[in-house]
This record gives sequence, C-alpha cells and structure tokens, in this order.
Amino acid sequence: MDRLSELEAQSIFIFREGFARLRRLALLWSLGKDSNVMIWLARKAFFGRVPFPALHVDTGKKFPEMYAFRDRYALEWNLDLLVEPCPPIEAVDATLPPAARSAARKTEGLKLALAKYGFDGLFAGIRRDEEATRAKERVFSPRGIEGGWDVRDQPPEFWDHFNASPPPGAHLRIHPILHWTESDIWAYTRREGIPIIPLYLARDGKRYRSLGDADITFPVASQASTIDEIIVELDNTKVPERSGRAMDHESEDAFERLRVSGYL
Amino acid sequence: MNILVTQHCASPVAAAAAAGKRPLVRIVIVGHVDHGKSTLIGRLLHETGSLPDGKLESLKAVSARRGMPFEWSFLLDALQTERDQGITLDTSQIRFRTPSRDFVLIDAPGHAEFLRNMITGAAQADAALLIIDAAEGVRDQTRRHGYLLHLLGVRQVAVVINKMDRVSFDEQRFRDIEAEISTHLVNLGLNPIAVVPISARDGDGVARRSDRIAWYGGPTVVETLDSFMPGRQADELALRLPVQAVYKFDDRRIVAGRIETGGIAVGDEIVVMPSGKTARVRSIECWPVPALAPRAAFAGQSIGITLDSEIFLDRGDVVSTVAVRPKAAQHLRARVFWLHEEPLEVGANINVRIGTAETRGTIAAIEKAVDPGELSATEATAVAQNHVGEIDIVLSRPLAVDPYAVNARTGRIVLDMKGRISGGGLVLSLDPPPPVLAPASGAGGPRPPQGLALKSALSAQQRAARSGHAGAVVWLTGATGSGTSALARAIERRLFERGGAPIVLEGNALRSGLNADLGDTPAGHAETIRRIAETAAHLARSGFVVIVDVASPSAADRARARAIGGKGFYEVHADAAGEADATHPGDPAYEVPAAPDLGLDTKRHDLETNALQVEQLLETAGVIASGDRPAGGEFAI
Repeated sequence: MDRLSELEAQSIFIFREGFARLRRLALLWSLGKDSNVMIWLARKAFFGRVPFPALHVDTGKKFPEMYAFRDRYALEWNLDLLVEPCPPIEAVDATLPPAARSAARKTEGLKLALAKYGFDGLFAGIRRDEEATRAKERVFSPRGIEGGWDVRDQPPEFWDHFNASPPPGAHLRIHPILHWTESDIWAYTRREGIPIIPLYLARDGKRYRSLGDADITFPVASQASTIDEIIVELDNTKVPERSGRAMDHESEDAFERLRVSGYL
Repeated sequence: MNILVTQHCASPVAAAAAAGKRPLVRIVIVGHVDHGKSTLIGRLLHETGSLPDGKLESLKAVSARRGMPFEWSFLLDALQTERDQGITLDTSQIRFRTPSRDFVLIDAPGHAEFLRNMITGAAQADAALLIIDAAEGVRDQTRRHGYLLHLLGVRQVAVVINKMDRVSFDEQRFRDIEAEISTHLVNLGLNPIAVVPISARDGDGVARRSDRIAWYGGPTVVETLDSFMPGRQADELALRLPVQAVYKFDDRRIVAGRIETGGIAVGDEIVVMPSGKTARVRSIECWPVPALAPRAAFAGQSIGITLDSEIFLDRGDVVSTVAVRPKAAQHLRARVFWLHEEPLEVGANINVRIGTAETRGTIAAIEKAVDPGELSATEATAVAQNHVGEIDIVLSRPLAVDPYAVNARTGRIVLDMKGRISGGGLVLSLDPPPPVLAPASGAGGPRPPQGLALKSALSAQQRAARSGHAGAVVWLTGATGSGTSALARAIERRLFERGGAPIVLEGNALRSGLNADLGDTPAGHAETIRRIAETAAHLARSGFVVIVDVASPSAADRARARAIGGKGFYEVHADAAGEADATHPGDPAYEVPAAPDLGLDTKRHDLETNALQVEQLLETAGVIASGDRPAGGEFAI
C-alpha cells in the first residue's frame, strides 16, 4: 500500500471507531484544506454520507471566499451544516495578546456550541506536524467540562485502542488526520480531486498556507499557483505552516494557553 | 518540536514516501531518564541536516537569555511546561532522513511515571533504539523498557551506549555494558542488531566514527538506522477482519472494518467468529465511484463488504478464512503490563478488548507478577503499576481470539478500567471455559441420566464442532502413590493442546469448598465421591472432558460414580504395582477395580505414554474426533 492509502486507511479506521463509540458527534469544519480532507475521508468511511453534523464555529471574520465555499459544498456534499456564531471580543480573556484574544473567540463559540448541542465527540482536523503542542496529542483526546486539555494527564493509547469514555459533561476530541503532514494533505487533495478555496493558490506572488480569520491571517510569499507547485514548494521551504497566524508568535506560550483553554 | 523541523524535512519525506521511493520507518528511542535520548535526537537532527536555518542559533540565544548552557535536548523541549520541569513529557513525532530511509522518530519519555506515554509511543514503532548512559550502566528502567519492547512486539532493536565521553571512551566499560544488556535482551527473544558507543553531546559515533572510539569497528547510529526495515504488511497470514460496525445507510448492509492480516476477495467463503456462521463475499464496497470497486483487498486497508446471506454479525466479530479461523475463547492466558495505580488482583473485574471486541472479564489467576526492571524478580500475587504479569482471564462471553504466536496482531489484548486503558499485552494461550459458566445441554444433545430436560442455548454438536470432542468423565483411580495427579495434568495438557476443553476436578482442591462440610469417615468419603461425580457428569453434559483426580479407594463408591456418569464415564486404573506400601496407616484399603475401561502401568511407562493411552481410549470410544469420524457420534451420557 502506498503512503497516502495507508494514511487514508488509518483515518477511516479512526472515523469508524469514533462513530461506533460515541453518540452525539459533530465534525468541526473550519473550511480549510485539512477539514475538507476530513469531510472527504468521512464520506469514504461511511460510503458517501457524513452521518453527523458539520459544525462551523463562525467568527464572522472569515474571508468571503470561505463563506462561498461553505455554502456551495454544504449543499453539494449533502452536509448537515450547523453554523454557530462566536461571542463578541469583549467576552474573551483580556490578558491574552491581541491576536490570540481574537482567536480565542472561536474557543468561546465552541464552548457555547458544546453546551447547546451536548456533543460527546468532536472530530477535529489537527495534525501533529503543524505546531509543537499538537505533537503531544492523542487520537482520542479527552476534554474537561470547560473544553480544556491537560497535557500531563493523558491516558495511554496503543495499538489503535482508544479511550472513549468521557466523564459526564466532558467530551472527546477525535483527530482522524493527526498523523498526516501538510504535504500529505496536498498530495491527497490532488489525488482525490478535493475542491479547495482558491486563496491557497498564489496570486501576485502571495498565497495563504493556512486560513483563519481575515484580520489575523497573512499570506506568505509564493509562486505556487497549482497544487503541484504547492507540493514542490513545501519540499523546499523552511517556513513553518502557521507563520501567517499572528497568535502563534505573540509570545512563547500564547498558543499553548489557547490550547489549554480548549482551542484546537 | 515539529515546528522546528518538519518544514525542512517532513515534506520531502512525505512526498518521497508517497511516491513509494524510500522506505518509511517508525522508530522509538527508549531508555532510562537522563541517559540522553533528547540529546541524541537533537544531535541526529543536526547531523542529518534536518534543522531549519537559524534554529540552532536562536535556541542558543534563548539559552543565553535564560542563563543556561545550550543543550541539544532544548530542540525537543518545545513546550514551556517541559522546559520548566526539565523532563520530556510525552510522545511526539519528528521526521528526518538518512541516506536510504525516511524516519518518523517517536520520542518516548524515560521517566517512570510516564510509562504510559512510553508505551503509547513505542507501540507505534517498527524499530527501537535503547539508550544507556555509559557512566550509569544498565538501570531498572533500561530493563523495563527492553521488556516492554518485547511485550509491544517491537522486534528490531539496537542499543546505543551514550556519554562515552564521561568514561574517557573506555572500551572495557563499553564491553561490560554491551554484555549485560545483550544478555537481558536475548533472554527476552530480542537480538540487538548493533550496540554502538557514542557521545551524543560531542557527536562521536552518531553520524561518524571518531579517533576516540577507534577501537569500535561496528556501525554508527545513522548506519544502524539505515538498516532498520519498515513494519511489514501481514498479507501472508490468514484473513482477520475485525468488524467495526455494520452500516445500513441504504439498502446495502455493509460490514466495515480494517483487514489486520491476510486478504479477502469477492466470492470468498468466510466464517464469522465466534458464531461460526459462514457466507460468501458478494462485494467490496467503494466510494466515490462504486464502479471502481476492487475485487480484492489486503492487510491494512479499511474496507466495507457485503455478504451473500443475511447472517447475523456485529461489532467485535471477526471475519476470517474458513480454513484457519480464530478460536472462540472464554478463558485465556495473557502476559500484560499494567499501568493503573491500583494493582491488578485476582477477582478483579475489568473490561477486555481484543480487536474491536469488548467484554467484561474476571482475573481468575495471576502468575509471575514481576517488576521487569528488577534483576532478581520477586514473584507477587498482584500486578502492581508498571509491572508485568501472566494472568488468566475468564470472559463474560466468548471472543474470537488468536494466540499471539499464531497472529501477532489479533493476539493482542488491552485491558481498561472505567473506559480508561490500564494495561495490555499478548495472548499466550486459550484455555477451556470455566465450569461455572457452562449451561447444561439441551435438545439434540446427550440426555441427562435421570431424563431431566436441561436448558441450553447450545447443542452438543455445536460444542463438539468447536472443541473437537464430546463431553466425558475420565475417572482416575489408583492406590496412594500411583501418580494420578501428574497423570491428570498430563491428560489435561494433551487435550488442551489439540484444542479441546479439558478440566481437572481435584479432590484436595474441592475439599476446602464444595466438600468442606464432609468428615473423614466412610460416609463422608461416599458423599465426596457422589458430589464430585454429579459435578463431573454435569460438566460432561456441557461438553467438557472432565478428568477426576480424587481418592476413591472404595469400589462401591466408584460404581455409584459410574452410575451417575452414565455412558460417557471411563474408569482408568493407574497401577503402580509394589508402590502400595506408601499407603499411610489408617487410610482405607484400596480396592483394585475389577474391570476398568483402561489399566495403566504407571511404574513401567512414562507419563506421556500413559496420557497418550488415555487419549487413544477417548478416540476409540468416539469421544474425540479422529480421522473422518466426527466427535460425539456414538456418544451419549
């Protein structure tokens, strides 16, 4: 089996384990390249349908192209789309640096959605390679009542046996593409013909490697105007994927603080 | 640390691997805390050109700002919590490449309290480096990690002896440690492919030899890594497809799961275990283009199939080849490591997971509970945290299981308490189901002696199809010293090894419970025999071969036992002529049976010969299937 097929098989296995073990599930759909691959994998796992809602926690500040993408493919892929708005910035921890505080709105919005729907499992498209703290994650990652993550107290996970019994009120984050890399995502997107938001492709010497809120996400210098060119570019770059995400760079621990309080 | 390294090296690694050009090997570095894992990893990343430009310089600047000398391990301490605590917390994944291989390097903490994280990391690995501090030598955690590599099934292991600079690159010191650790690993069935002297801090032995280890002629760490092989696909074993779910989203009934071993093709006849029902594969389902559905699928693939008949199956069942199927086992022995703070004790009720199956289990016995880190292991009756034990587990229902030696993937067992994974290991063997759970036989089965209609979900034929024999009572009798106890165990072992369900009823063991109220009088003896005979007959009706080892000197008592046992009762006389002198004064005189079903000369023949004769008796009687004759054809109790 080639590498992409191996990754795909493992992700499908994880989706099916999550679906078998938990009752109230949703897939966190950020509209980015990773969560689109997740939706594709879910459709493969369940033979064409996504048997749980796709939840978009909406800051209201995404790029117009992202909203257009969401509305088109929610219909085309027959998704059960849930859109949850985020609270205003004033509701968010004022001690966080500005961009992190802005990003933390999404965490608050997610908490509201959790309370509203009572989900016990959320499929999330994080990858170990994209950010240092994410490298520590489990595939089935328990979250406290407040949605927080305790890196010190993670149960063991081996041989694809997962801890799937969240305590009452808590929930599990399930990470079907934790073992993928950025390059894998693009190679798979190309192989499968998965649609993408055009902002990922270079225009006028710039493109987005990672898509967040329009006001705190910046493009990187790039000439890659096709997926093939992106893959070649990634082979040679030494720039981190999230370098265009302002909140990652405000202080040494900003991202980890976001994670501990429930940010993806 | 991924942010530090992946942008440079992960992407080309993945791209090249995706193209199938280079093998991808998952490795783990294990060993005692502070023996230098993080330093070695930092050094490896540097030596293989895997660090982004400026990273080393910026880390050195951070170190200077914090007033600390630079350490290679800082590369790994990306989390602030780790830096504060000074230890690596968790498994994390780093990618780098050597001349001929791509690697995912899984870091695993050496600190004892993070053993669960070491296991989480090591369980994913194809190969392992075990690191030892040359100054400190082999430590308890070194041995423990070696043992865990064995239990986790990591077969490719190399040892690096680090900090050689601290022992002045002394060859003798190296040789001593090499000998000690090699002995430990070989005893576990692990043959290290190399033992490499290095100084991770200075670089000696990592990517190149140095004058300081001129006495060493073996490979460097990078050369050793280059010889590791990727985890192999298990296509050559028999089909095992543990069922994750059965989906009925539309008019299809799709059986979904991942093929653990073997392959499957449209048209194949399969058997679903533990039920034993068979069907043929109608289709292998596929999305997004059903027309491109494959005709066959192989180990590692997550698939969905439909079958040609509506047999019942569910999550936890195993789809298997008909010829080589897993056993339906309700009682098994496993070697496990235990991670929970509370020790695992006999009688504990736990959740048992095998493949996608899950059921309650009770710990029936614990043997060889040891701390794998200690040199002279002291055996215990409970398995403490981070220790290893051989345990017997009785399951609340049969699961489809393979012993580890037969199938390393489906022979794994995981234990959890309240949904939290607490231990795991290897299934060593499958034992007979426990007597207490066996219901009596029902319609179609053998008739109980008094004509009572006993209810059971299973027919005698169903039981015989699984165990390969019908139920029977083998009543061993002989004078004191005739060797019936050893004989009972030898028969039990023989039947078990041919897949049967033997059980020994031993008089001394039953005296403390079932017969505790009975006195040492002729009446007490008679009642003892009656109770054991009733128990044996009941078990035999439920498909067991019951081997009775109880002092039964009275011919009248034995005759009563035979009457209770009925047609499936076999009296075997163990005759150690001349040994009767061993009879204790006051014991009742032994009455030699006039017409036993089998007479054994236990003085002249050895144990195996005697056990074989009993086995042949049961074959001749049609209790055990032999040749083309099914078990139990002529049998009725």
